[in-house]
Amino acid sequence: MPETHINFTTSPYYQRWRRIKDEIAEYSVIAGGLGVIGAIVLIFFYLLYVVFPLFLAAEAHSITRYNVPAQQSGKTLLLANEEQNEVGVRFTDQGFAIFFAIETGKIIHRQKIALPEKHKLTSFTQGNPASGIVAYGLDNGQVVVAKHEYKITYPNDVRLITPTISYPLGKSPLNLKATDQAITQLAIKVDEEQTSIVAKTADNHIVFSHFKKQESLFDEESSLEQTSTLLDISATEISDILVDKEHRNLYLASSSGRLSFFDISKKTKPMIRQHLNVVEAGLKLTKITFLNGDLSLLVGDSSGTVSQWSMVRDEQGRPALKNIRQFKVSENPITQIKAEERRKGFVTVDTTGSVGVYHSTSERELIKKQVSNQSAVALSLSPRANHFMLETTDKQLHVWSLENEHPEVSLRSLWQEVWYESYSKADYVWQSSSASNDFEPKMSLTPLVFGTLKASFYTMLVAIPLSLMGAIYTAYFMAPSLRGYVKPSIEMMGALPTVILGFLAGLWLAPLIEIYLAGILSLLIIVPIAVMLFAYSWQYLPKKIHQKIPEGWDALILLPVILLASWFAFTLNTPIESLFFEGDLQAWLNKEFGISYDQRNSLVVGIAMGIAVIPTIFSITEDAIFSVPKHLTIGSLALGATPWQTMTKVVLLTASPGIFSAIMIGFGRAVGETMIVLMATGNTPVMDLSVFEGMRTLSANIAVEMPESEVDSTHYRVLFLAALVLFLFTFVFNTLAEIIRQRLREKYSSL
Amino acid sequence: MMIKQWFKSGSPWIWMNAAAVSISLILVIGLLLLIAVRGLGHYWPAEVIEYEYQESNQPIKIMGELVDSTVMSARQARASNYQLEADADHLIQHLIKVGNRDLTGMDFRWIDAPNIKAKESPKQAIVIERREWGNFYGYLIALKSHGKVIATEATAWDEMQPRLEKVLEIFEEIKALQNGEVGKINYGLEQLRLKQRRLEIDKQWNDEAEKEILEQKKAYDADYVVLQQQLATLYQQISADSLLVKSANGKEIEISLEKCVRIHRPNAMSMVAKIWHYGEKFIEFIVEEPREANTEGGIFPAIFGTVMMVMLMAVIVTPFGVVAAVYLREYAKQGFTTRLIRIAVNNLAGVPSIVYGIFGLGFFVYILGGNIDELFYPESAPSPVFGTPGLMWASLTLALLTLPVVIVSTEEGLSRIPKSIREGSLALGATKAETLWRTVLPMASPAMMTGLILAIARAAGEVAPLMLVGVVKLAPTLPLDGNFPYLHLERKFMHLGFHIYDVGFQSPNVEAARPLVYATSLLLVVVIIGLNMFAISVRNNLREKYRALEG
Repeated sequence: MPETHINFTTSPYYQRWRRIKDEIAEYSVIAGGLGVIGAIVLIFFYLLYVVFPLFLAAEAHSITRYNVPAQQSGKTLLLANEEQNEVGVRFTDQGFAIFFAIETGKIIHRQKIALPEKHKLTSFTQGNPASGIVAYGLDNGQVVVAKHEYKITYPNDVRLITPTISYPLGKSPLNLKATDQAITQLAIKVDEEQTSIVAKTADNHIVFSHFKKQESLFDEESSLEQTSTLLDISATEISDILVDKEHRNLYLASSSGRLSFFDISKKTKPMIRQHLNVVEAGLKLTKITFLNGDLSLLVGDSSGTVSQWSMVRDEQGRPALKNIRQFKVSENPITQIKAEERRKGFVTVDTTGSVGVYHSTSERELIKKQVSNQSAVALSLSPRANHFMLETTDKQLHVWSLENEHPEVSLRSLWQEVWYESYSKADYVWQSSSASNDFEPKMSLTPLVFGTLKASFYTMLVAIPLSLMGAIYTAYFMAPSLRGYVKPSIEMMGALPTVILGFLAGLWLAPLIEIYLAGILSLLIIVPIAVMLFAYSWQYLPKKIHQKIPEGWDALILLPVILLASWFAFTLNTPIESLFFEGDLQAWLNKEFGISYDQRNSLVVGIAMGIAVIPTIFSITEDAIFSVPKHLTIGSLALGATPWQTMTKVVLLTASPGIFSAIMIGFGRAVGETMIVLMATGNTPVMDLSVFEGMRTLSANIAVEMPESEVDSTHYRVLFLAALVLFLFTFVFNTLAEIIRQRLREKYSSL
Repeated sequence: MMIKQWFKSGSPWIWMNAAAVSISLILVIGLLLLIAVRGLGHYWPAEVIEYEYQESNQPIKIMGELVDSTVMSARQARASNYQLEADADHLIQHLIKVGNRDLTGMDFRWIDAPNIKAKESPKQAIVIERREWGNFYGYLIALKSHGKVIATEATAWDEMQPRLEKVLEIFEEIKALQNGEVGKINYGLEQLRLKQRRLEIDKQWNDEAEKEILEQKKAYDADYVVLQQQLATLYQQISADSLLVKSANGKEIEISLEKCVRIHRPNAMSMVAKIWHYGEKFIEFIVEEPREANTEGGIFPAIFGTVMMVMLMAVIVTPFGVVAAVYLREYAKQGFTTRLIRIAVNNLAGVPSIVYGIFGLGFFVYILGGNIDELFYPESAPSPVFGTPGLMWASLTLALLTLPVVIVSTEEGLSRIPKSIREGSLALGATKAETLWRTVLPMASPAMMTGLILAIARAAGEVAPLMLVGVVKLAPTLPLDGNFPYLHLERKFMHLGFHIYDVGFQSPNVEAARPLVYATSLLLVVVIIGLNMFAISVRNNLREKYRALEG
């Protein structure tokens, strides 16, 4: 008999290999599992990581300090730097432009401006800082306009910046025509088409001279067409002149704080618009300048306050200056204010050499630093606002760097009313970007959160009654065989892609509702009445019919009833409109209540998103009700309660936490839904509760603006903040719901 | 009294609840019916009607398909300045698809029913589907070849059909050449340029390399010349024939046959011909590329893009989801932490998809993609390769989005496997890994399938995050082609859901695009509901199986 031999002892290597495999598997599963969970956590932290820099404090660091270069060439009139912060320039009262290396103070280039030899320089001004324009007023009433420019070349792959001076309006001095007196104050704005020069003369007149470029058809050369007018105002007191870049408004300020505002849009006929005091009585106006965009003025006074005055339409619709906010900068008089060239920020210096960096929209004091203990002679802020230079009375030049990436955001500017430039009052506005640098970004998340909550509110208004009532019936009253079909079909609705719901809502439902508004609203009354009538007459039907239709099939019987009632409501549309609403409900609403009607409105969103949310709420509620332990209901019925009493007094009470969590989850879904709101509303960020107007939600806003947002810009980070808000919102809601559900499960199992 | 009793019994409230169920059902069924009817109906050849229409004192003829009709109350109509008869109580308006955009500037127009003097359906009316300017409605006058009339009216129709077929064949041939051979040459040239740039960056650009690249370039150029000639002859052939047609108003124009896709006479078609036409159109919809800014033609690239993206996503999400579930159920110590993780995973399913999108854009595209570009593709700077939205990032983002679905479903499957099976395996001497691999995972595979199918269904319908991470309205090339490395993960792609959004809302000609959007919706709904049903049936089968095991 052959021996059967089973070899249980396999090679020891094989056994070891198995053990190793087992361990490898264990560790890789643990690593993989934890990795996946880590990845999920990563989302949250990544959002935080992007948002975080918004709330970092700004910083300023001293880079270097040296003696003012080329002091023999005169005192500084203007200090400026070019974009890369390599070359600085000093314009002096002897008509020199001294270009120097910012890092070392070494002179790169010293140039005499082409001023006529025999005339003396009596005044100086700067045009729009970004344009590099400067102008000199002479003692014979002439003006010389120059421009400092920087050419960047890359010889041997190294950046080389070459400064030059050019004369955009020609080297020869311009005559202002209306005067030959010395110019004591000067203001200028130059752009491609036109130039405006406003000058105060030694005999106390204000001259406004406007040059328009005339393109000749035949000639390559263009000529200047000049108009000059004397302004009808006593100029004795005037100490500052400002012209805006649109060549439309002229501001004359006196050191006592008197400001006169002229409309110069008609070049030959300047019109006075307003006189007002911009500093408190007894104080002196020490510095006045435009904020970037030339829409508002920054006024510094001797008490250390900077106030922002913006052009606002008053009640009669006329433009008027209004004080929209104030900054208490210092206890000492302000000597210099420089506005940033690309944002709504500004830098101030007071008499003690203390420098402050501010942002107007967010009303933030970003930096306060004692740079020197001397008073300031000149201040320069680089075009990117990441550098500033301060010349003090002790002939020192202080060079500082600024790290100030996101000054326009503060909790206040995100969530509270902000008074924006040119707005008649403080408001919540979301208007994030525009093509120009002058634009004041309006990044209030409030209208978006409001829109989100509004959309969710109308959604829940549609979804809660339908899904809860539906769940109650399906779980408790419906015949089990029918339930097996009804529940999956309603749940199937949840699988429908929201883009399809959004498309139907926007292109099919919205026009339908617009036409049949009265009919749709009357559905709310007609359908319940029809159901009630049918139900009441149902009990009087002969027994035979009752027996044919088993209990718990009521929902199916009601289908034709509801369809008929809806059809009836739609046919009633025109009669209702002509009977009660003068033939047109929308027009009537507008006339009687001032309610405007958008085609893609909250009602459309409510219905469409309701359809998306119903399955979620329905499914969870149905589960909660269905799993209420049977002995509770049987006990209640045995004690003589009607099924409805059992339902309301026993079942619903027991299942209420589950229902609550269902509503929360549904709400979370409505809050985050993107495509439906994107397609079914007009996406205008308005703050209006009206059901007939649209909204813009956080999620739709991200979808619309994210692709165009520049990486790491403030706008980009604020959009991430919006995403973070959404994330936290839904996460908190869902977690709460989940915890409640788990508790409920435990409760059921103990019952 | 009776009513009071009735109310007290609670029965009216029960009825009201039943009504809620009915309304929900009506909503579901209505929605699906609406999409189905509109989506399927579009390709049925509609009757072409010629109206004699009174337009501000002068009669004109309008020919087209009736698309829609509305009723406006008389008062509203008068308020919007419509001239109505004194006793009219409403105004009926019809929306007619008149086509002929090159002649009239618009495809659609509204006409007022009272101004219609007469209407008929002429048997001779033809509809020409064109590659540009939309449909043409009118009459066929003559067929021209090389500028000479070769057939008129009655004979022209019969003569034209075979020629059109020939032209379409040549068109396909040209397209195949353009996309295949010419595309290959362009791709090769681009690769050469990148290679040269790469060598320059690595400071290895020398005469030898230059010579090599020049040689390759020459070879491509030579190929290109041959192809050019081939194409030129084809172009000559295709542009030989043209049609002389006239619109309802008698305006004659000449349409080259190469610009035509399909020509038919709907009013003269038999039932069989109509069904045939319908089938043809439907197949075109599935397999052809879009024309005319996505408003005509097919949606093949969108179907292809969706499938590609979903497949990639499935490849990524399955292992990770399963490993995470196995960890949670088999390896982690059950307690507070696992409970916390489960809650977190569960709720991630509820985090808005747009948040995943913004994460994908910021983290995957800008950070990961940007670094990949810097490390591996310095030669293509400044144009990004992976540092821009594309197929890979879209798949990864959606994988993250659907991860909770797979985890939850797999975990449920694992928890249903009776303990006895695991213990049996361990008792026989298997290690834990072997037990998992040989018994537990195979048994849980249907659950994994369910999770995967649900994930796919969710991913196929998701649009919002994709808008940020790689979907475009019109992708010039498919992400899969004959050029090495065949699968181009960095390319942008088209997607069914985004197609619906884009064509329905961003299209310049929404009215014309609408039927196509309905058809696309229908396709998407069918796919997604099909997937869901499949998942449900798999789950039900699974439950049955384990019930047997436990018993």
